[in-house]
Amino acid sequence: MISICRGFAFALGTVLSVTCHADGASIAKNGMGAALACQTCHGAAGEGLAQAGFPRLASLGAPYLQRQLDAFADGTRVNAVMMPIAKALSVADRAAVSAYYAALPVPTVPTVPTAPTASATALPVAPASATAASPTPSGIGATLATRGRWADKLPACEQCHGPGGRGVGPDFPALAGQSAAYLSNQLTAWKTGARPPGPMGLMAVVAKKLSDAEISAVADHFASLPAGVSR
Amino acid sequence: MMSTRPWAYLGAALAALVIGVGLYAGGAFDGLGSEPHSERKAAAPVSTSPNEVASASRAANDLPGDPPRAELTAPAAATGTQAAFRPPAESELPAGEFGDVIRRGREIFIDTPRAAPAYVGNSLRCVSCHLDAGRLADSSPMWAAFVSYPAYRSKTQSVTTFQQRLQGCFEYSMNGKAPPLGAPELVALESYAYWLASGATVNPKIAGRGYPALARPAQAANFARGKQVYAQNCALCHGADGAGQHAQDGTAVFPALWGPDSFNWGAGMGRVNNAAAFVKANMPLGLPGTLSEQQAWDVALYMNSHERPQDPRYTGSVQGTRNDFHATEDSMYGREVAGKVLGASGPPKAFKPSQRN
Repeated sequence: MISICRGFAFALGTVLSVTCHADGASIAKNGMGAALACQTCHGAAGEGLAQAGFPRLASLGAPYLQRQLDAFADGTRVNAVMMPIAKALSVADRAAVSAYYAALPVPTVPTVPTAPTASATALPVAPASATAASPTPSGIGATLATRGRWADKLPACEQCHGPGGRGVGPDFPALAGQSAAYLSNQLTAWKTGARPPGPMGLMAVVAKKLSDAEISAVADHFASLPAGVSR
Repeated sequence: MMSTRPWAYLGAALAALVIGVGLYAGGAFDGLGSEPHSERKAAAPVSTSPNEVASASRAANDLPGDPPRAELTAPAAATGTQAAFRPPAESELPAGEFGDVIRRGREIFIDTPRAAPAYVGNSLRCVSCHLDAGRLADSSPMWAAFVSYPAYRSKTQSVTTFQQRLQGCFEYSMNGKAPPLGAPELVALESYAYWLASGATVNPKIAGRGYPALARPAQAANFARGKQVYAQNCALCHGADGAGQHAQDGTAVFPALWGPDSFNWGAGMGRVNNAAAFVKANMPLGLPGTLSEQQAWDVALYMNSHERPQDPRYTGSVQGTRNDFHATEDSMYGREVAGKVLGASGPPKAFKPSQRN
Protein backbone atom coordinates (compact mmCIF):
# COMPACT_ATOMS: atom_id res chain seq x y z
CA MET A 1 0.00 0.00 0.00
CA ILE A 2 2.79 2.38 0.91
CA SER A 3 4.59 1.66 -2.32
CA ILE A 4 1.38 2.17 -4.25
CA CYS A 5 1.03 5.57 -2.66
CA ARG A 6 4.60 6.40 -3.55
CA GLY A 7 3.87 5.31 -7.05
CA PHE A 8 1.00 7.73 -7.10
CA ALA A 9 3.19 10.58 -5.97
CA PHE A 10 5.71 9.67 -8.62
CA ALA A 11 3.06 9.52 -11.28
CA LEU A 12 2.12 13.07 -10.45
CA GLY A 13 5.61 14.08 -11.40
CA THR A 14 6.09 16.08 -8.25
CA VAL A 15 8.37 15.81 -5.31
CA LEU A 16 5.56 16.55 -2.93
CA SER A 17 4.90 14.02 -0.25
CA VAL A 18 1.56 12.69 -1.30
CA THR A 19 -0.19 10.02 0.60
CA CYS A 20 -3.31 8.13 -0.24
CA HIS A 21 -6.66 8.75 1.25
CA ALA A 22 -7.18 5.70 3.38
CA ASP A 23 -10.82 5.60 2.35
CA GLY A 24 -10.06 5.18 -1.35
CA ALA A 25 -9.28 1.51 -1.03
CA SER A 26 -12.20 1.03 1.31
CA ILE A 27 -14.68 2.65 -1.08
CA ALA A 28 -13.33 0.51 -3.90
CA LYS A 29 -13.65 -2.70 -1.90
CA ASN A 30 -16.62 -2.08 0.35
CA GLY A 31 -18.52 0.82 -1.09
CA MET A 32 -19.69 3.84 0.84
CA GLY A 33 -23.26 4.25 1.95
CA ALA A 34 -25.47 3.99 -1.10
CA ALA A 35 -22.45 3.65 -3.35
CA LEU A 36 -21.76 0.12 -4.42
CA ALA A 37 -18.21 -1.19 -4.08
CA CYS A 38 -16.39 -0.19 -7.27
CA GLN A 39 -14.75 -3.57 -7.64
CA THR A 40 -18.12 -5.21 -8.05
CA CYS A 41 -18.10 -4.08 -11.65
CA HIS A 42 -14.58 -2.79 -12.25
CA GLY A 43 -12.78 -5.87 -10.91
CA ALA A 44 -10.56 -6.49 -7.91
CA ALA A 45 -7.54 -5.01 -9.69
CA GLY A 46 -9.50 -2.26 -11.42
CA GLU A 47 -9.15 -4.14 -14.67
CA GLY A 48 -12.78 -3.67 -15.71
CA LEU A 49 -15.23 -6.18 -17.06
CA ALA A 50 -14.92 -6.29 -20.78
CA GLN A 51 -17.98 -8.37 -21.52
CA ALA A 52 -20.23 -5.83 -19.82
CA GLY A 53 -18.38 -2.79 -21.14
CA PHE A 54 -17.30 -1.72 -17.65
CA PRO A 55 -14.02 0.14 -18.05
CA ARG A 56 -10.59 -0.48 -16.68
CA LEU A 57 -9.79 2.12 -14.02
CA ALA A 58 -6.38 0.93 -12.84
CA SER A 59 -3.56 3.43 -13.42
CA LEU A 60 -5.67 5.97 -15.26
CA GLY A 61 -4.87 9.52 -14.16
CA ALA A 62 -6.45 10.70 -10.92
CA PRO A 63 -7.61 14.04 -12.35
CA TYR A 64 -9.21 12.21 -15.25
CA LEU A 65 -10.99 9.74 -13.00
CA GLN A 66 -12.21 12.41 -10.68
CA ARG A 67 -13.54 14.51 -13.54
CA GLN A 68 -15.62 11.53 -14.57
CA LEU A 69 -17.03 10.99 -11.09
CA ASP A 70 -17.81 14.68 -10.81
CA ALA A 71 -19.55 14.59 -14.19
CA PHE A 72 -21.61 11.55 -13.19
CA ALA A 73 -22.51 13.31 -9.96
CA ASP A 74 -23.67 16.52 -11.64
CA GLY A 75 -25.38 14.62 -14.42
CA THR A 76 -23.30 15.94 -17.30
CA ARG A 77 -22.01 12.45 -18.01
CA VAL A 78 -25.04 10.29 -18.43
CA ASN A 79 -24.91 6.72 -17.12
CA ALA A 80 -27.70 5.05 -15.23
CA VAL A 81 -25.38 2.94 -13.09
CA MET A 82 -22.70 5.47 -12.30
CA MET A 83 -24.80 8.58 -11.69
CA PRO A 84 -26.35 7.45 -8.38
CA ILE A 85 -23.07 5.97 -7.21
CA ALA A 86 -21.14 9.17 -7.85
CA LYS A 87 -23.87 11.24 -6.21
CA ALA A 88 -23.56 9.12 -3.09
CA LEU A 89 -19.87 10.00 -2.79
CA SER A 90 -18.64 13.27 -1.34
CA VAL A 91 -16.15 15.34 -3.29
CA ALA A 92 -13.43 14.10 -0.94
CA ASP A 93 -14.54 10.49 -1.45
CA ARG A 94 -14.37 10.91 -5.21
CA ALA A 95 -10.89 12.32 -4.93
CA ALA A 96 -9.83 9.47 -2.67
CA VAL A 97 -11.15 6.68 -4.81
CA SER A 98 -9.73 8.33 -7.93
CA ALA A 99 -6.32 8.48 -6.29
CA TYR A 100 -6.67 4.85 -5.28
CA TYR A 101 -7.32 3.64 -8.81
CA ALA A 102 -4.70 5.93 -10.31
CA ALA A 103 -2.13 4.26 -8.09
CA LEU A 104 -3.03 0.70 -9.05
CA PRO A 105 -0.65 -0.97 -11.51
CA VAL A 106 -1.55 -1.39 -15.15
CA PRO A 107 -3.57 -4.59 -15.47
CA THR A 108 -1.26 -7.37 -16.56
CA VAL A 109 -3.87 -9.41 -18.35
CA PRO A 110 -5.44 -7.52 -21.18
CA THR A 111 -9.18 -7.62 -21.06
CA VAL A 112 -9.90 -8.53 -24.63
CA PRO A 113 -13.57 -8.95 -25.29
CA THR A 114 -13.40 -9.36 -29.03
CA ALA A 115 -11.22 -11.67 -30.99
CA PRO A 116 -7.79 -10.09 -31.07
CA THR A 117 -6.29 -9.42 -34.44
CA ALA A 118 -3.63 -11.75 -35.67
CA SER A 119 -0.93 -9.14 -35.25
CA ALA A 120 -1.88 -8.47 -31.65
CA THR A 121 -1.63 -12.16 -30.90
CA ALA A 122 1.71 -12.51 -32.59
CA LEU A 123 3.11 -9.32 -31.07
CA PRO A 124 1.69 -8.97 -27.59
CA VAL A 125 4.32 -6.44 -26.62
CA ALA A 126 5.18 -4.25 -29.56
CA PRO A 127 7.99 -1.77 -28.94
CA ALA A 128 6.91 1.80 -29.43
CA SER A 129 9.42 2.33 -32.19
CA ALA A 130 7.94 -0.57 -34.07
CA THR A 131 4.54 1.03 -33.68
CA ALA A 132 5.77 4.32 -34.97
CA ALA A 133 7.67 2.89 -37.87
CA SER A 134 5.43 0.00 -38.60
CA PRO A 135 4.55 -0.64 -42.19
CA THR A 136 1.38 0.87 -43.47
CA PRO A 137 -1.30 -0.15 -41.02
CA SER A 138 -3.90 -2.47 -42.38
CA GLY A 139 -7.45 -1.56 -41.60
CA ILE A 140 -9.14 1.70 -40.82
CA GLY A 141 -8.95 1.20 -37.04
CA ALA A 142 -5.16 0.92 -36.98
CA THR A 143 -4.85 3.73 -39.50
CA LEU A 144 -6.94 6.14 -37.44
CA ALA A 145 -5.08 5.09 -34.30
CA THR A 146 -1.58 5.54 -35.66
CA ARG A 147 -1.93 7.98 -38.56
CA GLY A 148 -5.18 9.87 -38.10
CA ARG A 149 -6.92 11.43 -41.06
CA TRP A 150 -5.31 14.78 -41.60
CA ALA A 151 -7.43 15.67 -44.59
CA ASP A 152 -10.15 16.09 -41.93
CA LYS A 153 -7.71 17.65 -39.46
CA LEU A 154 -8.09 14.53 -37.39
CA PRO A 155 -4.92 13.62 -35.48
CA ALA A 156 -4.04 10.02 -34.75
CA CYS A 157 -5.35 8.73 -31.41
CA GLU A 158 -1.77 7.91 -30.42
CA GLN A 159 -0.72 11.53 -30.78
CA CYS A 160 -2.39 12.24 -27.45
CA HIS A 161 -2.97 8.82 -25.92
CA GLY A 162 0.60 7.72 -26.57
CA PRO A 163 2.26 4.83 -28.37
CA GLY A 164 0.00 1.81 -28.36
CA GLY A 165 -2.70 3.89 -26.68
CA ARG A 166 -1.07 3.26 -23.32
CA GLY A 167 -1.86 6.72 -22.01
CA VAL A 168 0.10 9.93 -21.34
CA GLY A 169 0.20 11.88 -18.11
CA PRO A 170 -2.79 12.53 -15.91
CA ASP A 171 -5.20 13.75 -18.58
CA PHE A 172 -4.84 11.38 -21.52
CA PRO A 173 -6.05 8.00 -20.30
CA ALA A 174 -4.93 4.68 -21.67
CA LEU A 175 -7.12 3.21 -24.38
CA ALA A 176 -5.30 -0.10 -24.48
CA GLY A 177 -6.76 -2.46 -21.93
CA GLN A 178 -10.23 -1.07 -22.43
CA SER A 179 -12.88 -3.17 -24.11
CA ALA A 180 -14.18 -2.46 -27.57
CA ALA A 181 -17.67 -2.10 -26.14
CA TYR A 182 -16.58 0.56 -23.68
CA LEU A 183 -14.50 2.49 -26.19
CA SER A 184 -17.19 2.54 -28.85
CA ASN A 185 -19.81 3.52 -26.29
CA GLN A 186 -17.71 6.48 -25.24
CA LEU A 187 -16.97 7.69 -28.76
CA THR A 188 -20.67 7.44 -29.53
CA ALA A 189 -21.51 9.32 -26.33
CA TRP A 190 -19.18 12.14 -27.32
CA LYS A 191 -20.68 12.20 -30.74
CA THR A 192 -24.19 12.53 -29.35
CA GLY A 193 -23.32 14.78 -26.42
CA ALA A 194 -24.11 12.21 -23.75
CA ARG A 195 -20.63 12.62 -22.35
CA PRO A 196 -18.99 15.99 -21.63
CA PRO A 197 -16.49 16.84 -24.34
CA GLY A 198 -13.54 16.71 -21.96
CA PRO A 199 -10.66 19.13 -21.60
CA MET A 200 -10.74 21.77 -24.33
CA GLY A 201 -13.65 19.90 -25.89
CA LEU A 202 -11.17 17.73 -27.74
CA MET A 203 -12.98 14.43 -27.72
CA ALA A 204 -16.28 15.75 -29.01
CA VAL A 205 -14.46 17.28 -31.97
CA VAL A 206 -12.66 14.01 -32.64
CA ALA A 207 -15.70 11.77 -32.25
CA LYS A 208 -17.86 13.87 -34.55
CA LYS A 209 -15.39 13.21 -37.36
CA LEU A 210 -15.84 9.46 -37.07
CA SER A 211 -18.52 7.35 -38.71
CA ASP A 212 -20.13 4.55 -36.73
CA ALA A 213 -18.08 2.01 -38.65
CA GLU A 214 -14.89 3.92 -37.89
CA ILE A 215 -15.78 4.12 -34.20
CA SER A 216 -16.23 0.40 -34.19
CA ALA A 217 -12.95 -0.21 -36.01
CA VAL A 218 -10.85 2.03 -33.81
CA ALA A 219 -12.44 0.58 -30.66
CA ASP A 220 -11.60 -2.93 -31.85
CA HIS A 221 -8.05 -1.82 -32.58
CA PHE A 222 -7.31 -0.54 -29.09
CA ALA A 223 -9.15 -3.38 -27.42
CA SER A 224 -6.73 -5.74 -29.15
CA LEU A 225 -3.63 -4.04 -27.77
CA PRO A 226 -1.86 -4.98 -24.54
CA ALA A 227 -2.35 -2.61 -21.63
CA GLY A 228 1.19 -3.03 -20.34
CA VAL A 229 4.18 -0.87 -21.04
CA SER A 230 6.55 -2.48 -23.46
CA ARG A 231 9.76 -1.73 -21.65
CA MET B 1 -2.67 4.78 8.77
CA MET B 2 -2.20 7.50 6.23
CA SER B 3 -3.00 11.15 6.21
CA THR B 4 -5.51 12.63 3.84
CA ARG B 5 -4.05 14.84 1.18
CA PRO B 6 -5.88 14.17 -2.04
CA TRP B 7 -5.37 17.73 -3.23
CA ALA B 8 -1.62 17.68 -3.17
CA TYR B 9 -1.40 17.64 -6.93
CA LEU B 10 -3.34 20.88 -7.01
CA GLY B 11 -0.67 22.33 -4.80
CA ALA B 12 1.92 21.34 -7.36
CA ALA B 13 -0.02 22.98 -10.14
CA LEU B 14 -0.39 26.14 -8.10
CA ALA B 15 3.32 26.17 -7.33
CA ALA B 16 4.08 25.94 -11.02
CA LEU B 17 1.72 28.81 -11.70
CA VAL B 18 3.36 30.95 -9.07
CA ILE B 19 6.75 30.30 -10.61
CA GLY B 20 5.34 31.21 -13.98
CA VAL B 21 3.87 34.44 -12.68
CA GLY B 22 7.23 35.30 -11.23
CA LEU B 23 8.74 35.16 -14.68
CA TYR B 24 6.72 38.08 -15.85
CA ALA B 25 8.52 41.29 -15.16
CA GLY B 26 5.68 43.49 -16.19
CA GLY B 27 5.58 45.64 -19.25
CA ALA B 28 8.96 44.58 -20.56
CA PHE B 29 7.47 42.62 -23.42
CA ASP B 30 5.04 45.01 -24.87
CA GLY B 31 7.61 46.31 -27.27
CA LEU B 32 8.00 43.32 -29.54
CA GLY B 33 6.99 45.31 -32.54
CA SER B 34 9.01 48.37 -31.62
CA GLU B 35 12.51 47.18 -32.30
CA PRO B 36 13.82 48.03 -35.73
CA HIS B 37 14.30 45.07 -38.00
CA SER B 38 18.04 44.92 -38.39
CA GLU B 39 18.75 41.31 -39.00
CA ARG B 40 22.10 40.27 -40.30
CA LYS B 41 21.73 39.90 -44.01
CA ALA B 42 25.00 40.87 -45.54
CA ALA B 43 24.39 39.34 -48.92
CA ALA B 44 20.63 39.19 -48.90
CA PRO B 45 18.81 41.74 -51.01
CA VAL B 46 16.16 42.52 -48.44
CA SER B 47 14.22 45.68 -48.03
CA THR B 48 13.68 46.84 -44.49
CA SER B 49 10.90 49.28 -45.21
CA PRO B 50 8.39 49.15 -42.37
CA ASN B 51 5.55 47.89 -44.52
CA GLU B 52 7.49 44.99 -45.84
CA VAL B 53 8.79 44.05 -42.45
CA ALA B 54 5.33 44.21 -41.06
CA SER B 55 3.94 41.80 -43.60
CA ALA B 56 6.90 39.49 -43.90
CA SER B 57 6.79 36.24 -42.09
CA ARG B 58 9.11 33.44 -42.89
CA ALA B 59 8.30 29.95 -43.78
CA ALA B 60 9.63 27.94 -40.90
CA ASN B 61 11.60 25.78 -43.28
CA ASP B 62 13.92 28.70 -43.11
CA LEU B 63 16.09 29.34 -40.17
CA PRO B 64 17.12 32.56 -38.53
CA GLY B 65 18.92 34.79 -40.92
CA ASP B 66 16.94 33.87 -43.96
CA PRO B 67 15.50 36.85 -45.73
CA PRO B 68 11.82 37.48 -45.21
CA ARG B 69 9.98 35.74 -47.98
CA ALA B 70 6.35 36.57 -47.64
CA GLU B 71 5.86 35.66 -51.27
CA LEU B 72 6.45 32.05 -50.40
CA THR B 73 3.39 31.71 -48.30
CA ALA B 74 0.02 33.08 -49.18
CA PRO B 75 -2.14 34.63 -46.47
CA ALA B 76 -3.66 31.98 -44.27
CA ALA B 77 -7.14 32.49 -45.63
CA ALA B 78 -6.02 31.85 -49.16
CA THR B 79 -4.20 28.61 -48.49
CA GLY B 80 -5.52 25.31 -47.46
CA THR B 81 -4.84 21.67 -47.74
CA GLN B 82 -7.42 21.34 -50.51
CA ALA B 83 -5.38 23.26 -53.01
CA ALA B 84 -2.07 21.82 -51.98
CA PHE B 85 -0.01 19.11 -53.57
CA ARG B 86 -0.89 15.65 -52.29
CA PRO B 87 1.97 13.31 -51.55
CA PRO B 88 1.57 9.64 -52.45
CA ALA B 89 -0.29 7.42 -50.01
CA GLU B 90 1.80 5.45 -47.58
CA SER B 91 0.47 2.28 -49.16
CA GLU B 92 2.25 3.26 -52.36
CA LEU B 93 5.69 3.00 -50.78
CA PRO B 94 7.87 1.04 -53.17
CA ALA B 95 9.25 -2.37 -52.32
CA GLY B 96 12.92 -3.25 -52.53
CA GLU B 97 16.09 -1.61 -51.33
CA PHE B 98 15.00 1.93 -52.08
CA GLY B 99 11.68 1.38 -50.36
CA ASP B 100 13.53 0.12 -47.31
CA VAL B 101 15.58 3.30 -47.12
CA ILE B 102 12.46 5.44 -47.55
CA ARG B 103 10.84 3.53 -44.71
CA ARG B 104 13.94 4.08 -42.62
CA GLY B 105 13.64 7.79 -43.35
CA ARG B 106 10.06 7.75 -42.22
CA GLU B 107 11.05 5.98 -39.03
CA ILE B 108 13.73 8.58 -38.30
CA PHE B 109 11.21 11.31 -39.01
CA ILE B 110 8.72 9.91 -36.55
CA ASP B 111 10.96 8.55 -33.83
CA THR B 112 14.05 10.71 -34.20
CA PRO B 113 15.78 10.28 -30.82
CA ARG B 114 15.49 6.52 -31.02
CA ALA B 115 16.24 6.12 -34.69
CA ALA B 116 19.12 8.63 -34.91
CA PRO B 117 20.46 8.77 -31.35
CA ALA B 118 23.98 9.78 -32.33
CA TYR B 119 22.76 13.13 -33.63
CA VAL B 120 19.89 14.08 -31.36
CA GLY B 121 20.27 15.96 -28.08
CA ASN B 122 16.67 16.33 -26.99
CA SER B 123 13.51 14.26 -27.13
CA LEU B 124 11.85 16.16 -29.96
CA ARG B 125 10.99 14.39 -33.18
CA CYS B 126 10.81 15.74 -36.71
CA VAL B 127 7.09 15.10 -36.59
CA SER B 128 6.80 17.40 -33.56
CA CYS B 129 6.75 20.38 -35.91
CA HIS B 130 6.05 18.71 -39.28
CA LEU B 131 2.69 17.12 -38.64
CA ASP B 132 1.33 13.97 -40.26
CA ALA B 133 4.81 12.55 -40.76
CA GLY B 134 5.84 15.51 -42.89
CA ARG B 135 2.88 15.20 -45.23
CA LEU B 136 0.61 18.00 -44.05
CA ALA B 137 0.37 21.19 -46.11
CA ASP B 138 0.96 24.38 -44.09
CA SER B 139 2.88 22.34 -41.55
CA SER B 140 6.26 22.62 -43.27
CA PRO B 141 5.71 19.46 -45.32
CA MET B 142 8.75 17.59 -46.55
CA TRP B 143 7.53 17.42 -50.13
CA ALA B 144 7.57 21.20 -50.31
CA ALA B 145 10.99 21.46 -48.70
CA PHE B 146 12.39 18.87 -51.08
CA VAL B 147 11.45 20.85 -54.17
CA SER B 148 12.80 24.08 -52.66
CA TYR B 149 16.48 23.20 -52.35
CA PRO B 150 19.24 23.96 -53.19
CA ALA B 151 18.60 27.54 -52.16
CA TYR B 152 20.62 30.50 -51.06
CA ARG B 153 20.28 31.06 -47.33
CA SER B 154 21.61 34.07 -45.50
CA LYS B 155 21.96 31.95 -42.39
CA THR B 156 24.88 30.17 -43.99
CA GLN B 157 25.53 32.86 -46.59
CA SER B 158 25.80 30.14 -49.14
CA VAL B 159 23.73 27.88 -51.33
CA THR B 160 22.40 25.10 -49.15
CA THR B 161 21.47 21.65 -50.40
CA PHE B 162 18.61 19.66 -48.98
CA GLN B 163 20.97 17.48 -46.95
CA GLN B 164 22.71 20.55 -45.60
CA ARG B 165 19.31 21.92 -44.64
CA LEU B 166 18.60 18.70 -42.75
CA GLN B 167 21.94 19.10 -40.96
CA GLY B 168 20.63 22.40 -39.64
CA CYS B 169 17.56 20.67 -38.22
CA PHE B 170 19.76 18.30 -36.22
CA GLU B 171 22.03 21.05 -35.00
CA TYR B 172 19.33 23.49 -33.93
CA SER B 173 15.88 21.97 -33.67
CA MET B 174 17.14 18.68 -32.30
CA ASN B 175 19.82 20.45 -30.24
CA GLY B 176 22.20 17.82 -31.51
CA LYS B 177 24.98 17.29 -33.96
CA ALA B 178 24.86 17.49 -37.73
CA PRO B 179 25.22 14.04 -39.32
CA PRO B 180 27.96 14.15 -41.96
CA LEU B 181 26.77 14.64 -45.51
CA GLY B 182 25.95 11.24 -46.93
CA ALA B 183 25.35 9.73 -43.49
CA PRO B 184 22.74 6.96 -43.68
CA GLU B 185 20.37 9.06 -41.57
CA LEU B 186 20.48 11.97 -44.01
CA VAL B 187 20.22 9.69 -47.02
CA ALA B 188 17.17 8.04 -45.49
CA LEU B 189 15.48 11.34 -44.67
CA GLU B 190 16.28 12.71 -48.12
CA SER B 191 14.87 9.57 -49.72
CA TYR B 192 11.69 9.89 -47.69
CA ALA B 193 11.27 13.54 -48.68
CA TYR B 194 12.03 12.72 -52.31
CA TRP B 195 9.39 10.03 -52.31
CA LEU B 196 6.83 12.31 -50.65
CA ALA B 197 7.52 14.84 -53.42
CA SER B 198 6.74 12.30 -56.16
CA GLY B 199 4.93 14.18 -58.90
CA ALA B 200 5.68 17.65 -57.55
CA THR B 201 7.64 20.05 -59.68
CA VAL B 202 10.72 21.85 -58.49
CA ASN B 203 9.26 25.05 -57.13
CA PRO B 204 10.22 26.93 -53.96
CA LYS B 205 6.86 28.70 -54.12
CA ILE B 206 4.82 25.49 -54.03
CA ALA B 207 1.54 26.00 -52.17
CA GLY B 208 1.51 24.57 -48.68
CA ARG B 209 5.21 25.13 -48.01
CA GLY B 210 6.18 26.27 -44.54
CA TYR B 211 3.50 27.73 -42.36
CA PRO B 212 1.03 30.30 -43.72
CA ALA B 213 2.46 33.74 -43.07
CA LEU B 214 0.69 35.88 -40.51
CA ALA B 215 0.39 39.62 -40.74
CA ARG B 216 1.87 41.53 -37.85
CA PRO B 217 -0.55 41.52 -34.93
CA ALA B 218 -2.87 44.42 -34.31
CA GLN B 219 -1.41 44.79 -30.85
CA ALA B 220 2.25 44.07 -30.15
CA ALA B 221 2.59 40.51 -28.91
CA ASN B 222 2.31 40.46 -25.15
CA PHE B 223 3.78 38.08 -22.58
CA ALA B 224 0.96 38.34 -20.05
CA ARG B 225 -1.73 37.66 -22.64
CA GLY B 226 0.39 34.86 -24.07
CA LYS B 227 0.68 33.28 -20.68
CA GLN B 228 -3.08 33.22 -20.42
CA VAL B 229 -3.48 31.75 -23.90
CA TYR B 230 -0.92 29.13 -22.99
CA ALA B 231 -2.66 28.15 -19.76
CA GLN B 232 -5.99 27.76 -21.50
CA ASN B 233 -4.94 26.12 -24.74
CA CYS B 234 -1.49 24.58 -24.47
CA ALA B 235 -0.67 23.56 -20.91
CA LEU B 236 -2.97 20.53 -20.97
CA CYS B 237 -0.55 18.81 -23.34
CA HIS B 238 2.75 20.66 -23.08
CA GLY B 239 2.58 21.17 -19.31
CA ALA B 240 2.46 24.36 -17.27
CA ASP B 241 6.25 24.29 -17.25
CA GLY B 242 6.56 23.82 -21.03
CA ALA B 243 8.48 20.59 -20.56
CA GLY B 244 6.05 18.50 -22.58
CA GLN B 245 4.87 15.03 -21.61
CA HIS B 246 6.38 11.64 -22.24
CA ALA B 247 4.76 8.26 -22.53
CA GLN B 248 6.05 5.66 -20.10
CA ASP B 249 8.29 4.24 -22.82
CA GLY B 250 10.03 7.61 -23.07
CA THR B 251 8.42 8.84 -26.28
CA ALA B 252 7.95 12.60 -26.13
CA VAL B 253 4.30 12.53 -27.08
CA PHE B 254 3.98 16.25 -26.41
CA PRO B 255 7.25 18.02 -27.16
CA ALA B 256 9.04 20.34 -24.75
CA LEU B 257 8.45 23.93 -25.84
CA TRP B 258 11.25 25.42 -23.79
CA GLY B 259 13.83 24.34 -21.26
CA PRO B 260 16.77 21.96 -21.61
CA ASP B 261 14.88 19.30 -23.58
CA SER B 262 13.60 21.68 -26.25
CA PHE B 263 15.05 23.12 -29.46
CA ASN B 264 17.95 25.51 -28.98
CA TRP B 265 18.15 29.24 -29.61
CA GLY B 266 19.32 28.71 -33.16
CA ALA B 267 16.16 26.92 -34.31
CA GLY B 268 13.63 28.51 -36.62
CA MET B 269 10.85 27.82 -34.15
CA GLY B 270 12.63 30.12 -31.72
CA ARG B 271 11.55 33.03 -33.88
CA VAL B 272 8.29 34.52 -32.69
CA ASN B 273 6.93 34.98 -36.22
CA ASN B 274 7.63 31.37 -37.19
CA ALA B 275 6.15 30.04 -33.98
CA ALA B 276 3.07 32.24 -34.37
CA ALA B 277 2.54 30.98 -37.92
CA PHE B 278 2.94 27.37 -36.84
CA VAL B 279 0.59 27.79 -33.90
CA LYS B 280 -2.09 29.55 -35.90
CA ALA B 281 -2.16 26.89 -38.60
CA ASN B 282 -1.63 23.77 -36.52
CA MET B 283 -2.33 24.20 -32.82
CA PRO B 284 -3.96 23.06 -30.63
CA LEU B 285 -3.67 19.61 -32.09
CA GLY B 286 -7.09 18.61 -33.36
CA LEU B 287 -8.40 22.16 -33.01
CA PRO B 288 -6.35 24.10 -35.56
CA GLY B 289 -7.54 27.59 -36.40
CA THR B 290 -9.34 28.06 -33.10
CA LEU B 291 -6.83 30.61 -31.84
CA SER B 292 -7.01 34.12 -33.22
CA GLU B 293 -3.96 35.56 -34.96
CA GLN B 294 -3.43 37.82 -31.96
CA GLN B 295 -3.51 34.83 -29.62
CA ALA B 296 -1.04 32.99 -31.82
CA TRP B 297 1.38 35.93 -31.68
CA ASP B 298 0.95 36.33 -27.94
CA VAL B 299 1.50 32.68 -27.14
CA ALA B 300 4.45 32.45 -29.54
CA LEU B 301 6.08 35.34 -27.70
CA TYR B 302 5.35 33.67 -24.39
CA MET B 303 6.87 30.36 -25.52
CA ASN B 304 9.98 32.06 -26.84
CA SER B 305 10.44 34.21 -23.75
CA HIS B 306 11.73 31.25 -21.78
CA GLU B 307 15.24 29.88 -21.54
CA ARG B 308 16.36 27.10 -23.86
CA PRO B 309 19.70 25.56 -24.85
CA GLN B 310 22.36 27.94 -26.08
CA ASP B 311 22.69 28.86 -29.73
CA PRO B 312 25.48 26.67 -31.13
CA ARG B 313 26.79 29.74 -32.97
CA TYR B 314 27.44 31.44 -29.63
CA THR B 315 30.21 33.98 -30.13
CA GLY B 316 31.35 34.17 -26.53
CA SER B 317 28.86 36.79 -25.43
CA VAL B 318 25.10 37.03 -25.48
CA GLN B 319 25.17 40.49 -26.94
CA GLY B 320 27.59 39.51 -29.65
CA THR B 321 25.49 36.47 -30.51
CA ARG B 322 22.39 38.60 -30.60
CA ASN B 323 24.07 41.14 -32.84
CA ASP B 324 25.33 38.50 -35.22
CA PHE B 325 22.39 36.10 -35.33
CA HIS B 326 19.38 37.48 -33.49
CA ALA B 327 19.17 41.14 -34.42
CA THR B 328 15.49 40.96 -35.21
CA GLU B 329 12.32 41.84 -33.42
CA ASP B 330 11.31 38.20 -33.79
CA SER B 331 14.04 36.90 -31.52
CA MET B 332 13.87 37.22 -27.77
CA TYR B 333 17.45 35.99 -27.47
CA GLY B 334 19.55 38.45 -25.52
CA ARG B 335 16.55 40.32 -24.24
CA GLU B 336 15.67 40.65 -20.62
CA VAL B 337 12.79 38.71 -19.12
CA ALA B 338 12.07 39.02 -15.41
CA GLY B 339 15.50 40.43 -14.74
CA LYS B 340 17.28 37.65 -16.60
CA VAL B 341 18.80 37.93 -20.04
CA LEU B 342 17.60 35.13 -22.28
CA GLY B 343 20.52 33.15 -23.64
CA ALA B 344 22.82 34.11 -20.78
CA SER B 345 23.49 30.48 -19.95
CA GLY B 346 27.12 30.42 -20.95
CA PRO B 347 28.72 28.56 -23.83
CA PRO B 348 26.79 25.71 -25.48
CA LYS B 349 26.93 22.52 -23.49
CA ALA B 350 28.88 19.67 -25.01
CA PHE B 351 26.64 17.51 -27.17
CA LYS B 352 25.27 14.51 -25.37
CA PRO B 353 23.72 11.88 -27.60
CA SER B 354 20.15 10.98 -26.86
CA GLN B 355 19.92 8.32 -24.21
CA ARG B 356 16.73 6.93 -25.57
CA ASN B 357 18.26 4.48 -28.02
